[in-house]
Amino acid sequence: MSLLSPEWTGVLYLIAAVCFILALRGLSSPKTARRGNLIGAAGALLAVITVFLSARIENIPAILIAIAVGSAIAAPISRRVEMTQMPQLVALFNGVGGGAAALVAVLELSSSESPWSKVAVVFTMFVGAVSFSGSAVTVGKLQGLISSRPLIFPGLAFVMGGVVLAALVAGGFVVATGWAGWAVALLLLGLLVGALLVLPVGGADVPIVISLLNAFTGLAVAASGIVLGNLLLVVAGTLVGASGTILTRAMAAAMGRGVSGILFGAFKGGSTAGSTTQSDRPVRSSNPEDVAVLLNYAQRVVIVPGYGLAVAQGQHTIAELATTLEARGVDVAFAIHPVAGRMPGHMNVLLAEANVPYEALKEMAEVNPEFKNTDIALVVGANDVVNPAAKTSPGSPIYGMPILDVGEARQVVFLKRSMRPGFAGIENELLYDPKTTLLFGDAKDSLTKVLGAVNAL
Amino acid sequence: MDPITLLTVVVLAVFVGFEVVSKVSSTLHTPLMSGANAIHGIILIGAIIVAGQSLEPWLLALALLAVVMATANLVGGFVVTDRMLKMFAPRKPAGANPKDATK
Repeated sequence: MSLLSPEWTGVLYLIAAVCFILALRGLSSPKTARRGNLIGAAGALLAVITVFLSARIENIPAILIAIAVGSAIAAPISRRVEMTQMPQLVALFNGVGGGAAALVAVLELSSSESPWSKVAVVFTMFVGAVSFSGSAVTVGKLQGLISSRPLIFPGLAFVMGGVVLAALVAGGFVVATGWAGWAVALLLLGLLVGALLVLPVGGADVPIVISLLNAFTGLAVAASGIVLGNLLLVVAGTLVGASGTILTRAMAAAMGRGVSGILFGAFKGGSTAGSTTQSDRPVRSSNPEDVAVLLNYAQRVVIVPGYGLAVAQGQHTIAELATTLEARGVDVAFAIHPVAGRMPGHMNVLLAEANVPYEALKEMAEVNPEFKNTDIALVVGANDVVNPAAKTSPGSPIYGMPILDVGEARQVVFLKRSMRPGFAGIENELLYDPKTTLLFGDAKDSLTKVLGAVNAL
Repeated sequence: MDPITLLTVVVLAVFVGFEVVSKVSSTLHTPLMSGANAIHGIILIGAIIVAGQSLEPWLLALALLAVVMATANLVGGFVVTDRMLKMFAPRKPAGANPKDATK
């Protein structure tokens, strides 16, 4: 009862694929991005309608109910989620996508004949399972359900090697025999690999893991397209694989480390372990009034927002402070480190939410030469991305990571909750520098007090 | 499907993907990731096909689970990306000083 001929089906899938490419292309500018995303969604809708009309589909009522259930779960979460929780949400959707690809591959096992498609089945099952469990662990780490510190045990490298080897063997048996028992074993091994891959990764490296798993799911979807002989899945999956790969490399570059160093660094022990101890060396702490005076009489202020700002929900207050200072003739810019926040570009989203125009957000390469001419660098809830240890101490876990050179500014003001080291657990020498002033407290509270003090001047 | 045709499509898609994604501004990396995430939700097509062919109840149950997961990925991904991109949309009429737009 197919209403569409294979030719028409192919044409409609091609249109959907073009929609996806346009969706990604729209993201080259904030002006066209939203329209692009809507085109992508339209393409997806077209593809779903096409599949119902083109193939012999039984169980249509049950499938429609399942679609309704999936939408009913995802849409409200997506509408309500806080922008600070975006990394968890992306990881969650990534995981279910990978899981769906793995399930599809399992169910296609019996009907795939050629060794080609069996290899694709095995690949999809394994990579989909890795992506599923890896994403689940990532969500756990980001939500604080499990410790964000790297989880390492002796012999981890051997366990990982053994599990991967076992998965290869199981995969080989699936291709050779097609027996479902081997497929189940392969799935379980994939789940184990995903967990073992992410557990040892330190919290600060999570952005890389998210983009890498995104690429994995893309590849799993592309491979499932090969299994099903569906070119739309092949194209869409490959596009996502490419975008995930580019982002992963961009993130690794922003941290000054290779991707493999981040993933497997912990296996050698001590990667981003750091310390939890608080130091009792003297620092210069200050009050909101003094900070307000500093800011008010500066000519040029560069604000360095970090994740602490987002956690405290202080985006709106800092946007207001920036506007107030601008109105008094202070030149204000925001310096955004590529890994500020918990995923690539996260801080930009958080500030956009607070109505900071994207023109005021400066990238690292653009802003670093300007710190010399900056009176005050105001660091709010950021630590690792301004830590000079990345340049000066070769033993440090973050050594080699490009940082924002706030130390070049005439004065540095840190708004911090406490002296506890940052997410990566590394102490920051800049805090003890004579030109540094600290204002302790919740980022939003401190900002509100500073804003009030500026207004009172 | 003919393996060489598939290979051709994959290789061309890799180049298109790299070409398009490398032009994405770093400001939009988070929406890029969630948008790309939504796109791989198109595995829903695959899930619908396997669910449409499942005759045994427990196979159908697995396939329907895949449909639920894939739909969540697809719908949630596009909705949340739209929400983010709405925030990046220019709010002020053309000609307004962008510095004033923080208000």
